[in-house]
Amino acid sequence: MPQGKVEPPSPQAGFGAALLNPDLPLPDGVIGPGGKAATKRFAVYRNNVTVSLINALADIFPAVQRLVGEGFFRDMARIYLAEEPPQSALMFEYGAGFAAFLERFKPVDKLPYLPDVARMERAWLDAYHASDAEPLRPESLGAISPENLGETIFTPHPATCIVQSRFAVVSIFSASREQRPLGNIRPLEPEDGLITRPSDAVQVRTLPSGASLFFEGLIAGATLSQAASITLEQHSGFDLPSAISAMLEAGLFSSCTPGQTVSEPVK
Amino acid sequence: MPHSAPASQHAGTSRFPNTPLPPRAGAGLKAEHIDAVLTDDYRIGFLEVHAENYMGDGGPVHQALAAVRAEFPLSVHGVGLSIGSESGINPLHLERLARVVERYEPAMVSEHLAWSSHDAGYFNDLLPVPYNSRTLDRVVSHIVQIQDRLKRPILLENPSTYVAFEQTTMQETDFIREIACKSGCGLLLDVNNVFVSATNHGWKPLEYLRKFPLELVEEIHLAGHAEDVDDEGDLLLIDAHDRPVADAVWKLYETVIIQTGALPTLVEWDNDVPDWPVLRREAQLVEAVLDRLGPASLLGSRHAAG
Repeated sequence: MPQGKVEPPSPQAGFGAALLNPDLPLPDGVIGPGGKAATKRFAVYRNNVTVSLINALADIFPAVQRLVGEGFFRDMARIYLAEEPPQSALMFEYGAGFAAFLERFKPVDKLPYLPDVARMERAWLDAYHASDAEPLRPESLGAISPENLGETIFTPHPATCIVQSRFAVVSIFSASREQRPLGNIRPLEPEDGLITRPSDAVQVRTLPSGASLFFEGLIAGATLSQAASITLEQHSGFDLPSAISAMLEAGLFSSCTPGQTVSEPVK
Repeated sequence: MPHSAPASQHAGTSRFPNTPLPPRAGAGLKAEHIDAVLTDDYRIGFLEVHAENYMGDGGPVHQALAAVRAEFPLSVHGVGLSIGSESGINPLHLERLARVVERYEPAMVSEHLAWSSHDAGYFNDLLPVPYNSRTLDRVVSHIVQIQDRLKRPILLENPSTYVAFEQTTMQETDFIREIACKSGCGLLLDVNNVFVSATNHGWKPLEYLRKFPLELVEEIHLAGHAEDVDDEGDLLLIDAHDRPVADAVWKLYETVIIQTGALPTLVEWDNDVPDWPVLRREAQLVEAVLDRLGPASLLGSRHAAG
């Protein structure tokens, strides 16, 4: 190569760009055998890539697909994948930015709950593949002496996720995934979704008012008494005992660390 | 097959039975078939999984595969290492593969002569490389890197391709032979890919097999393909994995087994996946070929010793 000549873009960069953009010409050097044309031949790769990524998105976001219809979903997925191709070979991790894409994708403006449904679906699959861990057993919590209970902190289970929404996201997500009618759901009633995996199966719950704030506090590392008092300030009717039994049943946490007694001796 | 079982496995401490892939039929494992496979009176020879599907941290997929692995020999087949990539092997992905291999102690690990990732992202398809000395050096160094990390040889699979490259200076068979010789890897011969590529590029499949280093083949793949047409309206085959193995591919497979003897042979069916009995029937057709032609092979009892 003559000195000073600019290095051309790498062949695979050109090949990859042309895969995702059908308006680009055939990549440099791509030919058919024996001088044959290669346009339709290269289109096989374009089609393989596009269809496989659309199928991956349809597998990850079945509720979104049902809400917008299959044809619309596939057209929309084609636009998304060209904007955000997967960055990893783990297809079950694809679509982390799909909810944000739906928020700026004008044609779905009339379905304002759609991004949160996508967040639920992404969180569902993350929970499905999350590390295995035993959920916190009620006995472990029960063994903590009352004076240490307030200062207890909790370790979230790897599968746990809370999706807070201004819409009836759990009702829409569940009805859509279970092929139930959506007609009697009032989409503007806010719901917070809790996703956990206490055993093999991913579980989805609607959190009662206040519980979301309480659990988010514990997940962020607040002590039991800190999380409870912050929640009670905003939700005077917050039912702490019910929230604790719900959190044990759902398997939100994998372990807890009791607070230290006040009279703990110096080290 | 003395070179199938990794030397690093220590009998007695292994959580799984330490068995090589038997020279029998195997099936690509699909989640929807797992219960049927485990309870079937017909015991399939081995099962093969795509490594990437088991690279998550935990969850029910791992419990299911552990149950399968406890009862069957397993082959781990990677689809995402991008061995032909210009931008090198992604060390994070190699670590993920190593974790799968350490977790399941498979009898075999294989990957493709292809690339699938670039700076722009992951394309989820097996993309072709030009065959020349530059690509050869790159692929060899990547395979050496992988084998060093996994502490075992891998098998490299011949691709199905739809386009050619101006930069190609070597025949595919020579290219693959050179890779194996320089890297020490074994080969996975996908007979459907041979038929698809031969049709698409105007090669003769039997001539391809004559030039292919069959003595390095440790596993065979079979699958169904779809038919399309190229720019000139001539037949273009697509490696679709969505239907039974074609008659012409069965014939080609028989000519391979006559030469190599019985080899572990996988039936792949990844799209429009049928119920287990349909896939099992394909596997039983494989076993019929292996029983009929394996013992009379030209390369003798190379693989029969087990």
